[in-house]
Amino acid sequence: MTEKLVIIGNGMAPGRMLEHLLEAAPERYLITIFNAEPRVNYDRIMLSPVLSGEKEYEEIVIHGDGWYIKHGIVLYKGHKIVGIDREARTVTSDKGVTEPYDRLVIATGSVPFVIPVPGKDLPGVLSYRDLDDVGAMLLAAQSRDRAVVIGGGLLGLEAAAGLKERGMDVTVLHVMPTLMERQLDPAAGYLLQRQLETRGITVRTKANTRQIVGDGKVHGVELDTGEIIPATLVVMAVGIRPNVGLAREAGLETNRGIVTDDCMRTSDPAIFALGECVEVDGRVYGLVAPLYEMAKVVAATLAGAEDKRFVHSDTPTKLKVTGIDLYSIGDFADGEDREEIILRDASAGIYKRVILQDNRIIGTVLFGETADGAWFNDLKKKEVDISEMRDTLIFGQAFQGGASADPLAAVAALADDAEICGCNGVCKGKIVSAIADKGLASLDDVRAHTKASASCGSCTGLVEKIMALTLGDSYNPAAVQPMCGCTDLGHDEVRRLIKAKGLKTIPAVMQELEWNTSCGCAKCRPALNYYLVADWPNEYSDDYQSRFINERVHANIQKDGTYSVVPRMWGGVTSANELRAIADVVDKFAIPAVKVTGGQRIDMLGICKEDLPAVWADLGKAGFVSGHAYAKGLRTVKTCVGTDWCRFGTQDSTGLGIRIEKFMWGSWTPAKVKMAVSGCPRNCAEATCKDVGVICVDSGYEIHFAGAAGLDIKGTEVLGMVRTEDEALEAIVALVQMYREQGRYLERIYKWAKRVGLDEVRRQVMADPDRRQGYFERFVFSQKFAQVDPWSERVFGKDRHEFRPMAETDFKQAAE
Amino acid sequence: MMDWLDIGTLDDIPLRGARCVKTPNGRIGIFRTHDDRVFAIEDHCPHKGGPLSQGIVHGAAVTCPLHNWVFSLETGEALGADEGAVKTIPVRVEDGRIAIALSAMLQAAE
Repeated sequence: MTEKLVIIGNGMAPGRMLEHLLEAAPERYLITIFNAEPRVNYDRIMLSPVLSGEKEYEEIVIHGDGWYIKHGIVLYKGHKIVGIDREARTVTSDKGVTEPYDRLVIATGSVPFVIPVPGKDLPGVLSYRDLDDVGAMLLAAQSRDRAVVIGGGLLGLEAAAGLKERGMDVTVLHVMPTLMERQLDPAAGYLLQRQLETRGITVRTKANTRQIVGDGKVHGVELDTGEIIPATLVVMAVGIRPNVGLAREAGLETNRGIVTDDCMRTSDPAIFALGECVEVDGRVYGLVAPLYEMAKVVAATLAGAEDKRFVHSDTPTKLKVTGIDLYSIGDFADGEDREEIILRDASAGIYKRVILQDNRIIGTVLFGETADGAWFNDLKKKEVDISEMRDTLIFGQAFQGGASADPLAAVAALADDAEICGCNGVCKGKIVSAIADKGLASLDDVRAHTKASASCGSCTGLVEKIMALTLGDSYNPAAVQPMCGCTDLGHDEVRRLIKAKGLKTIPAVMQELEWNTSCGCAKCRPALNYYLVADWPNEYSDDYQSRFINERVHANIQKDGTYSVVPRMWGGVTSANELRAIADVVDKFAIPAVKVTGGQRIDMLGICKEDLPAVWADLGKAGFVSGHAYAKGLRTVKTCVGTDWCRFGTQDSTGLGIRIEKFMWGSWTPAKVKMAVSGCPRNCAEATCKDVGVICVDSGYEIHFAGAAGLDIKGTEVLGMVRTEDEALEAIVALVQMYREQGRYLERIYKWAKRVGLDEVRRQVMADPDRRQGYFERFVFSQKFAQVDPWSERVFGKDRHEFRPMAETDFKQAAE
Repeated sequence: MMDWLDIGTLDDIPLRGARCVKTPNGRIGIFRTHDDRVFAIEDHCPHKGGPLSQGIVHGAAVTCPLHNWVFSLETGEALGADEGAVKTIPVRVEDGRIAIALSAMLQAAE
């Protein structure tokens, strides 16, 4: 005979339970569901993406109407059960339907906790629990007004992020000192707060709500300090409570939740409880994973199995806010018998902490990079002794050589003929066989032998993964990439030690820092030369033998060994005289090619090295100086015509560009620096993809930095806004000097800025006048020694040996 | 018996630097290392013909300015992972004057 199964509640847990039950015992029960919400079963976890607009309701439905029909389940939508008659074994809904049961499952879930303050019932005060709440919030968000979210836990923060996404001005009030204190340690809580603040969400911790103020509708939230934060929407998300009212009235044993045994049976053997309303073994649950575990147990028991038991396990916490990665599981409190491993990368916003007890993981907090969360959790669950991999544990699974990590699996799945390095046309098979055949163990080795990742470097990550796959445990990339094979020190350490030890020559650096070669190599020597030029402008004498040929002869070497010459055209402005002089030089030296460059000047190509000084002499007579088109230094300042000519121009962009170029030319930098000044936001000078750019507006100058339009394409970031040309120049000079002092050789501004943090750059250059002034002054000092036209020096005989062969011989002479 | 061609003095070449000698058939690079040894090799990288005398000199090696191949000045062999070689020419330094072996030079420049 078919038994009657009645379920109160239609959330995710009973939905999952039914799936299991229908699979195990499809014919056993006649099933009836009462759902207080007027709809089918949907994925409550995805409410936040619906709120933020990333998903629609239809996308989060788990079981549509068709599913219930197909399985012969009767679903009463919008029916709230108001009474259980355990004697008669019936339930009755608020719409008057009474249904008998043989077995009853109570899955009434939880109710949001509403803090008992005055004003809590005002219109405009919402909780965040179901789709109706989301609908109300979306309606309120249309005002694009101000919202206050009370509660800095998982739900509150997701609500805050969603409302912000919908255009509201959001403040989060949290009563504890750091956010999500139950899932995150203070360090991660702090990072999370910073991350939210960069999205424009205001976070107030240690904020106690005294009352919600309003007059027929909500106007704001008053704190216990008396301060009132204005708001037209208040979302209370301070927590949830198991919804036990119905069960308690029916005389079932309840405590915090409906008390069950580990088969999910209540004090009445005919009645089960499931989901957030349950208290089992003293615990209540709010995350979906344990609820799904309960669903399995209930289904198995209902299907007749005797042996299925619910066992507690920790559940990881993740925040469903796009772009914020956090993961926490287990116990992360400090303790005497506990050890911890921590990895912090402040500029990348990464924090990882693993808590150990007896060499086993008991807790993990990850922020910024959470790919290894599952792996840490797995080690924790299996209580793996991690002492073997302790040194690399924090770097995650990829560093343990296992081929099962997701990013590695993707690379492992690539075919042998898959191209890895597009620049050099190197495929996976070639890299793998080179590693195996030649016993390569370092990235540099692989680069040298295969050329993979040796050009633009954008495939470096892939190559490293191939190495990890091929070498397994033995691949362990050093935390700090050495400058080159001559030293174990990285660029930053070398720069720091040059200053700290007062090292002022290349031999001194190599001696003091224990270089392992006699005089370095073609990688470290130019870097050291730059660092010394930048750090000791008045004391260091430039070592031209440590400069790349272009900087040594102040022209650009071409594929055939000839050179190209680009004179400076300040701000891209030229004249008939200048053009005539260029034309004459081209004729006189039979220069084969003349081309306009992207930086608004003229390039003469195919000049023999021997002719360079004579070419420069003629150009110099017309007033030209070197354009440094060959230099790791200031290249061009591209401009538009601004207020001089343009009907849209707001400022003298040409004049500012020329002023910047005249101020900064000749300075050496870690890598080339290209600038531009646009006279209005139409941005004809394309300032927003330059290392440094200026967009003129009516009210002043918007300074941009960290753009790129080469190997990488990247729009600039805004450094700040200033009112006058003088301020603009000072900020730009300070920015470049900061980069000169901190950048790694060959590291462009956008990479440097990413490494040190955009906010840090803004803080030092814009927000700290003393620092800005310091940078500015050091740049000005350095320019005293740098602003010498290298072309005219060479016209007057400097480095004459560079431009002449040592000797010439012909057959006649040779035959003598 | 070797024919020697005088090409100049040690001081003509910067320390850790190079010059070149022009011949009708091509150029020879003359290198002076940090410890004042002098080497001569053909001034033509076997990879893409880069002028090796324009490269950075380090130890007894030079890095080609075009694509960073590195050659031993002593053997002419490419170092590291690249495969290739340039011809070397015997050099004599006496009383600060540099001479290179004529016949070898003509061969190398061919």
